[in-house]
Amino acid sequence: MTGREIRDAVAKRELSATDVCRACLERIQARDDVLHAFITLDADRALARAASIDSRPRGGDPLPLAGVPIAVKDNLCTAGLRTTAGSRILDRFVPPYDATAVSRLDAAGAVILGKTNCDEFAMGSSTEHSAFGPSRNPWSLDRAPGGSSGGSAVAVAAGFAPLALGSDTGGSIRQPAAFCGVLGLKPTYGRVSRYGLIAFASSLDQVGPFARTALDAALVLDVIAGADPADATCAQRPVPRYEDALTGDVRGLRVGIPRQVLEHGVDTEVLDAFERSLDVLRERGAVVSDIALPHSKYGIPAYYLVATAEASANLARYDGVRYGSRTPADTLAGMYERTRAAGFGAEVKRRIMLGTYALSAGYYDAYYLRAQQGRTLIRRDFDDAFVRVDVVAMPTTPGAAFRLGDRLDDPLEMYLADVFTVGAPLAGLPAVSIPCGFAGGPLPIGLQLIGRGFDEATLLKTADAFERETDWWKAEPGV
Amino acid sequence: MPDDLTVSDVERIATLARLALTDEEKSLYSRQLTRILDYARQVAELDTRDVPPTASVLDNVQFERPDISRPSLDRQAALSNAPDTASGLFRVPRVLGDA
Repeated sequence: MTGREIRDAVAKRELSATDVCRACLERIQARDDVLHAFITLDADRALARAASIDSRPRGGDPLPLAGVPIAVKDNLCTAGLRTTAGSRILDRFVPPYDATAVSRLDAAGAVILGKTNCDEFAMGSSTEHSAFGPSRNPWSLDRAPGGSSGGSAVAVAAGFAPLALGSDTGGSIRQPAAFCGVLGLKPTYGRVSRYGLIAFASSLDQVGPFARTALDAALVLDVIAGADPADATCAQRPVPRYEDALTGDVRGLRVGIPRQVLEHGVDTEVLDAFERSLDVLRERGAVVSDIALPHSKYGIPAYYLVATAEASANLARYDGVRYGSRTPADTLAGMYERTRAAGFGAEVKRRIMLGTYALSAGYYDAYYLRAQQGRTLIRRDFDDAFVRVDVVAMPTTPGAAFRLGDRLDDPLEMYLADVFTVGAPLAGLPAVSIPCGFAGGPLPIGLQLIGRGFDEATLLKTADAFERETDWWKAEPGV
Repeated sequence: MPDDLTVSDVERIATLARLALTDEEKSLYSRQLTRILDYARQVAELDTRDVPPTASVLDNVQFERPDISRPSLDRQAALSNAPDTASGLFRVPRVLGDA
């Protein structure tokens, strides 16, 4: 069942929130020892929440997500519920407050099942950098589910929850959504509050939903989007009712294809599925044309310099003093160095080192400043494109899910696979990945749509129109 | 700029980043960061004359909110995740008098 169907059935008392929650917990208990979508499951808390929804008097204002189970990425703070960000250093961290996205879900009646696995501090594309071990792709257990929000993607794909929250910095919602065959939406920078999201790269991080359908993603975005006094980077703009945008009508929608970006290193099965997806949009009346994004080849270097520079500053807070684990030493400096050496995993250390180097005296202009200028050029490319088109389309990833372990020894190769997803966050734009076919046998792949700033409505409308013509989103993993 | 990130470069950066690294990590990061930086150096090809840097995509991050006092995190909650506390404070190794 979708989140919308559950909400309506609970509202009509055809189903109880408790029964829905129990059914999810049973599926999780049966299969999560293999899939490892969750780092922390809190069945008692979820059932208590579901019971409180069931005991609400009839006839009150219906809550938009009343009784709908949701899985939350473990880098979003949940008051009283352990939040690790996939890191050993936060192994026992219990936040004293909720992230804004979490408190809004709670107020909307959603039932939080638990906290999902992710690469440590959201740094990775496979969940293999989680201190708690990788999640597995439900479509093929030897494959990565993608990352960093891999556990959230697995939870939705495996039917553990109809909805999940993730965070996306360079593709961390869209890439696992593509690999697991579900929808993942990265909103515009500033659309959703980052308060209580454990910071990785503050100018790029954004919270967004995983769902099976565009309508479900719209329901979540309706709830979590909008101004927040606790986050000065969260936009003051009004939030439209995204649900109302899903008319199915994409006649005249102008879709731009950056052909030169697709010329190298993309699987033929991915390209074929992409072309067939464009045919689907054409059949519904969209107008497809070629556009140029001339600076897109600089996306990966610009992204990895900007993101790691910001990470090196953000992760300075893990010093063994106010929260997190501590490794004792005689001196304060020694305590910092040992605490961080013991608490951080290899990829986090690598990125802190890279970012520290890019910001260090003598290298700042050549790396960090250049990367920020490259970011301006990439933004301008999109500005130019959006004069002529309403949406930019490309595959979400160059290939389907890779084997667990295959890219662990080669960090650069892992980074290069983010080629199609780093552009949208660098430019601050919203982007969605929707299931559009399979490659390499049973492995799902995604169609990515990038929109104008704060135009999530057009992305969701297009995704919904695509769903009406295709069955990819209905496919369920047999594993 | 040098082509290789040497082990002594890695040691210098690790000191800046307050990370104690093993010898094995130093040599691994020397190799891996050399390769990553070699790739990242592509940004040097960009014609960046008169191109301002983007630090934030937001046009205007400044806005006003009502100046109303609100309760902050209480002391017990603020200390609840600390590895070591004393008398309602965070406790750290001695800072003054270090060698």
